[in-house]
Amino acid sequence: METLLWIAQRASAAVLAVCVAVHLATIIYAVQGGLTAAEILGRTRGNHAWFAFYSVFVIAVSVHAPIGLRAIFLEWLRWRGASRDVVLALFAAALAWMGMRAVLAVFR
Amino acid sequence: MKVSVWKGGAEGSFQEFDVPRHPSQTVLDVVTYIQRTLDPTLAYRFACRVGMCGSCAMTVNGVPRWTCRTHVDKVARNDKVEIGPLRNLPIIRDLVTDMREFFDKWARANGQFKSNRTRHDDFEAVRPNSADRVQADAGIECIGCGVCYSACDVVSWNPDYLGPAALNRAWTLVKDERDGARLEHVRAVAGDAGCHSCHTHMSCTERCPKHLSPTASIAGLKREVLKSFIRGEL
Amino acid sequence: MSKGSSYWVAIVHRVSGIALALFLPLHFWALSTALELDAFLAWTRQPAVLVAEWGIVVALAAHFAGGLRVLALEFLPWHERQKTLAAAAAAVTVAVGLALALAL
Repeated sequence: METLLWIAQRASAAVLAVCVAVHLATIIYAVQGGLTAAEILGRTRGNHAWFAFYSVFVIAVSVHAPIGLRAIFLEWLRWRGASRDVVLALFAAALAWMGMRAVLAVFR
Repeated sequence: MKVSVWKGGAEGSFQEFDVPRHPSQTVLDVVTYIQRTLDPTLAYRFACRVGMCGSCAMTVNGVPRWTCRTHVDKVARNDKVEIGPLRNLPIIRDLVTDMREFFDKWARANGQFKSNRTRHDDFEAVRPNSADRVQADAGIECIGCGVCYSACDVVSWNPDYLGPAALNRAWTLVKDERDGARLEHVRAVAGDAGCHSCHTHMSCTERCPKHLSPTASIAGLKREVLKSFIRGEL
Repeated sequence: MSKGSSYWVAIVHRVSGIALALFLPLHFWALSTALELDAFLAWTRQPAVLVAEWGIVVALAAHFAGGLRVLALEFLPWHERQKTLAAAAAAVTVAVGLALALAL
């Protein structure tokens, strides 16, 4: 199980490396000269490519962040066992849900 | 110079001694001087005193080192040196730590060689420059001194973590083509207590007096566990 | 206890990860209020918020660079000069931070 978590962490990291590179470049480009809702939504509304991209981004982050926090909870908070993993699973679900809501909000 | 030395057990304190400074003086020389002339109750370990056995490992100004190979000139700050027992191990007394957990973890990491042949078989021909042998050779000079274990933050943060030395040894066995127990080694190092908890701080590699790189070995173990996982062996 | 460069890169990697994990729910919530996005964006014009935004992007760049370093150490063939990866990670982070500062 722990091996699987490590693999998921590294796999999602590889996916995120691509997503983050694209996202950073986009943000730095888009932010120049100020940013308005119209500009953001003009890019994302009805755009299937962005929708797919950000959906992948959200899922990858929902896998990656909780597994990262798992080690921190153990090592810095001395939190172990089922309660820690349940809380992290809930956090993963929350991130996925909130993330997909956001992606849909700027897509529709 | 002023030398602060840890006295006592886990509950203890640094005691200050005035020690004459000499050229080419090592920290082990300092400890020896203190025990012989100033405080005969001081407990410390050493053996070869020439940088071969690793027994004299202690914490010098916050850094784990072999005291016989640490010149005072190199570490003294404003004519002051602080000497304490190795970190991450229970203190027996003064500068002496209980190394049992260090070696127990070695056993838990399955750090023992298991031959794939018997005395009735012919020798295994091992080419010294085969890729596996080169990688194993990079890690086999470990003498179990405990410096890497003391330097490791994950060992401090996670008491179950097997530690750099035990994992390094497991790696050298996985890369040893004469060892017949590859899967046992891999299984022993997978998981939260094993290689997956290494966060590549590289303190072990930084401090190893034999210039080994447990970080490299542990990275190798991570790949071996991945291979076995994909093959469904775990 | 004096620490090497790899330790600091790892600590920055971890702390930036925590910051990002805390920030993301807020980020997702803000985006899903798309109908009132302009009002929210107006609020983000405040200097304190701009600085925080810049900080978050630098955190992302730092975490990204540190993450590449981890992937390189774990999956690429081992070389002696692994410490240069720590320097490379720092350099990438600074570059991104500067680029964003200029853009903002």
